[in-house]
Amino acid sequence: MARFHDVLIVGGGHGGAQTAIALRQNGFAGSIAIIGDEPEPPYERPPLSKEYLAGDKTFERLHLRPEAFWRDRAIDLVLGARVDFLDPTLKQVVTTGGERFGYGALVWATGGRPRRLDCEGGDLAGVHAIRTRADVDLLRSELPAARRVVIIGGGYIGLEAAAVLRKFDKSVTLIEAQHRLLARVAGPTLSRFYEAEHRDRGVDVRLASTVSRLVGAEGRVNGVVLASGERLAADLVIVGIGVAPAVEVLRQAGALGTNGVLVDDRCRTSLADVFAIGDCAARKSRFSPTAVRIESVPNANEQALTVACELTGRERDHDAPPWFWSNQFDLRLLTVGLSDGFDVEVVRGDPATKSFSVVYLREGRIIALDCVNAAKDFARGKSLVANGVLTTPGLIADVNIPLP
Amino acid sequence: MSKIIVISRDGEERAIEAENGLSVMEAIRNAGIDEIMALCGGSCSCATCHVFVEAGGETLPPPEADESDMLEASAYRRENSRLSCQLTVSSALEGLTVRVAPEE
Repeated sequence: MARFHDVLIVGGGHGGAQTAIALRQNGFAGSIAIIGDEPEPPYERPPLSKEYLAGDKTFERLHLRPEAFWRDRAIDLVLGARVDFLDPTLKQVVTTGGERFGYGALVWATGGRPRRLDCEGGDLAGVHAIRTRADVDLLRSELPAARRVVIIGGGYIGLEAAAVLRKFDKSVTLIEAQHRLLARVAGPTLSRFYEAEHRDRGVDVRLASTVSRLVGAEGRVNGVVLASGERLAADLVIVGIGVAPAVEVLRQAGALGTNGVLVDDRCRTSLADVFAIGDCAARKSRFSPTAVRIESVPNANEQALTVACELTGRERDHDAPPWFWSNQFDLRLLTVGLSDGFDVEVVRGDPATKSFSVVYLREGRIIALDCVNAAKDFARGKSLVANGVLTTPGLIADVNIPLP
Repeated sequence: MSKIIVISRDGEERAIEAENGLSVMEAIRNAGIDEIMALCGGSCSCATCHVFVEAGGETLPPPEADESDMLEASAYRRENSRLSCQLTVSSALEGLTVRVAPEE
């Protein structure tokens, strides 16, 4: 016999947890369960590459809600279980342990799995990802004995990890395949700024550089060989080269999508009564003319609220622009909008002061801002992006003139 | 532990026991009050833990620039607005009364 829940949520991350919380807030009285493949109740992931890695916050402080909360709200947590089959006709999922769960509505919120290096040596001991608490606990346990760390990937995860490790005075080399850092998510000005900051603080940044293999002894990594032939000694390797959306089960069940699973503006997949949210869902919005996956906590939360409203018959018209934050050293980056496809970038303020913003325009409209130690611009920028405000570079470059 | 009084959006008043050293945001969240989203987990990046300090805040240090800048974007900013993630619970805050700000 399958256990039945009116709403069954697969994935115990930010999106899954927020769906359940918001359903109860909206007065949903049906049964709710969250199936998560990690042993812990839902917790915050962003600190994993920041305060938790640095040891500044204990795990107890990362819980999204205290354990009693889930009980009190009658939200069943099925932890340490992974769903590996979906039957959309019977409306059931099956876990790897063979347990069946029936649903009225299914919310797929599984996020993604860190991409692994597919080169030789990628599976040696001492090669780490940063996605789960278990990943970071293992990484931290090996840190004291490590002096030389090689980080592969110059995205936010890699850069945040580099910042923490420099604080611990590790020797850090960061390898990025593109010609600049953050190439996928930011414009060249921001890339150059972060490159200079990381170099200033002793990170050996290698751009346009790829890994050909990892080498080791007795099953443990001790070096990274670059395509150039150069060999870097490494006591520890951190791989931050993005995530692959965890949607195989949905796709096998027939859900459409090429990058993740495709959802409509209400986060419905092509399967009846199956929603998808967060890192694994590709959606069009007024901020992106093509369906994109956005890997961020605010996006997962936003989509969770959309689904919770849809399931409780509430209108939810406001669709906040995507936003994101990253803390590295004493630099607090706040970003709003999606800069992809910009045609002009306007630098507002002087990067040398370490407080400035980059405003991205497309056809004269503001589509995104990256604000470094400039929370005021970010706060203002949210509505500029939401409204797609028309402007000219001259109006926004001068920090002495407030943003429109 | 210090006692903090939280007034929710529907006006309900609750006294909660808050652990010294945690932020007021964490204390509110740990007490099972779910009106505070605290999306960024307390890194002063989102303003979803906005509260009004109604009483007992005399010993609180004034907001730093970041907090003030984030609050500036709120449609509901008042003189007594604070981001609860930036307030640290201590015995000096015994009896602090905060009201959860409206949802943006």
